[in-house]
Amino acid sequence: MAIKNFEDLGAMEIDVLTEVGNIGAGNAMTALSSMIGQMVDIEVPAVNILGFQEAIDYAGGPEKTVVGIIVPIKDDIEGEILFLLENDIVELVVSTFFGTSDIDLLNLSPDMTSALTELGNIMAASYVNAIAELTGMKIEVEIPMLSIDMLGAIMSVPAAQMGELSDKLLYIDNLMLIDKVSVKSKMMLLPTVESLDKLLRSLGVIA
Amino acid sequence: MSEKLTVGISDWKICGSPDSLVTYALGSCVGICLYDKNSRIAGLAHIMLPDSTAITGGAATRAKFADTAIVDMIDAMKAKGANITALTAKIAGGAVMFQSASAQFNIGERNVEAVRKKLAELRIPIVAADTGCNYGRTVTFFADNGALEVNSASKGRSMI
Repeated sequence: MAIKNFEDLGAMEIDVLTEVGNIGAGNAMTALSSMIGQMVDIEVPAVNILGFQEAIDYAGGPEKTVVGIIVPIKDDIEGEILFLLENDIVELVVSTFFGTSDIDLLNLSPDMTSALTELGNIMAASYVNAIAELTGMKIEVEIPMLSIDMLGAIMSVPAAQMGELSDKLLYIDNLMLIDKVSVKSKMMLLPTVESLDKLLRSLGVIA
Repeated sequence: MSEKLTVGISDWKICGSPDSLVTYALGSCVGICLYDKNSRIAGLAHIMLPDSTAITGGAATRAKFADTAIVDMIDAMKAKGANITALTAKIAGGAVMFQSASAQFNIGERNVEAVRKKLAELRIPIVAADTGCNYGRTVTFFADNGALEVNSASKGRSMI
């Protein structure tokens, strides 16, 4: 059996992807915790297969201002790690590194945006390294890119890339908890259909 | 009472006066607004990708692509009574949201180019455009007078 569409995924495959997301995000959150000096927990991830508009609505709505960071991933798994950071995480990072939590997302200094880009880089690398170790696959992260704008405008970029192959997006999404309080910021993995097939094969879930 | 109809990503809608059409947060996508001023019939398409013939999978959704969305929307405007030989166009969006050396992230530029090409082929003049740069835009298109309102987080509001 080969996965040719996101709709081909059955309950068992979804369970495996959930666990993959759990392991990747767990590693990324450990990296985040050590950078900000605060414990970040995650809840069990959700594997979402949604149409483009549904995905934007689910992530927080089109017009919400967020810090979007895309980290392209390549080699055995292709796709992106996408961060949609809101005030909660941005304030924590900025106060850790710059000693101020008085921020306006639309007026961050270049130093602040490069610190956030670097944070995205480290978290994405931690995420894919855990998956690479689990599966024996080779996965590399490419240079991260940052944009602060409306959520819908940011998500149009991964949507257009995945849209060449599919009418849906699959994303593995984790709810982050800081001091037991869930934050709105999101980190998600968006793999291509082809990569999912390879990933599930490498774990022996499909033959 | 006028109604405001929402057009989603990879979608198009048409309306008549006094209603209006809104689409939120155009990033690399392009909003294509077509208007017949005599019948006051308006159409707004929110396309994601330039060319339905250039890709292999997922091509069934015609509203996703510049070429197919434009012709389908024109057919619907004609059926509603618009004079399609008198149509004018306004376009917005097609931003480059992320600065990257890689051409795959310049989808905004390719979308604008494809929209301009298709409109030229159909001999529909573009009477106003607010495209490119690096920020997202929400647009509202008024069937009453063909005005297009563009809003962005960083640049505020303008009418084109």
